[in-house]
Amino acid sequence: MKFGVIVFPGSNCDLDAYHLVKDVLRKPVEYIWHQQNSLKGYDCLILPGGFSYGDYLRCGAIARFSPIMQEVVEFANRGGLVLGICNGFQILTEAGLLPGVLLRNQDLKFYCQFVHLKVENVNTPFTNFIEPQKILKIPIAHGDGNYYIDEKGLNSLLEKKQVIFRYATAEGVVSDEANPNGALFNIAGVISEKGNVLGMMPHPERAGETLLGSTDGLFIFQSLLNYLEKL
Amino acid sequence: MLYKVKIVVMPRKGILDPQGQAVAKALDTMDYKGINSVRIGKHLEMELEGENQQIVEETVKEMCEKLLANTVIEDYRFTIEEA
Repeated sequence: MKFGVIVFPGSNCDLDAYHLVKDVLRKPVEYIWHQQNSLKGYDCLILPGGFSYGDYLRCGAIARFSPIMQEVVEFANRGGLVLGICNGFQILTEAGLLPGVLLRNQDLKFYCQFVHLKVENVNTPFTNFIEPQKILKIPIAHGDGNYYIDEKGLNSLLEKKQVIFRYATAEGVVSDEANPNGALFNIAGVISEKGNVLGMMPHPERAGETLLGSTDGLFIFQSLLNYLEKL
Repeated sequence: MLYKVKIVVMPRKGILDPQGQAVAKALDTMDYKGINSVRIGKHLEMELEGENQQIVEETVKEMCEKLLANTVIEDYRFTIEEA
């Protein structure tokens, strides 16, 4: 079982993701430079957070045309597991691997804080280790996390259970107060129709050790390991 | 032939534009009254070699669709003139 962390110019959570897989999960992991154009031997790819290409034009818009992204799209189309975190989520929407778009936060502020997430679907490769009703405490750190999709798109997401995480209170109540960025329907994470590509604004790789204030991010990675071991 | 292309990318109607709202509010605070709305978009200027205007038009349209605008949330328009 091998993980790959894609590194774009301007990625800055690549080290966090690498550290979590290598030192906490103790699984093989490699950095993949964005100009590489082969993805042989990987079971799961992580598109990390950061500011790829300085967020020029739109977040993720330019990274999407990096040579490696062609391979990531093919990897995903073959059913490979792809986890996009924060800027990684933005890149996946720009690349068309996930529906919707991440707009500027409603109040224009950058938020770096813990949020609570209600898990809407525990039958995915990324959430199978999470008990239903469990509320995850995971940090966010973004200025453009305001998820938007048109009404037709939202209905389709709900119908196919593609909304995975929603911002909620610690008690699990989905409310405006618990919504840090104005995201439509409090959406914090969505999955592809086939269920193998997940994008989320919160950073599970920053919630993997007690020292960091939460280990809830591990539920997501443990789900991945679970899923891959059973393949 | 060298062409000058001017492209405008704007947030779509109905899409929240918090930057525009913040600017509208600031102008109002400065005592500029009667502002109904402010929308913030992008203006791009490009010099582009092309065989003829029609080909350049098709190329620019493709650029907008693929990269310069995210058509989920943005509309674009452009003008082309000989440089």
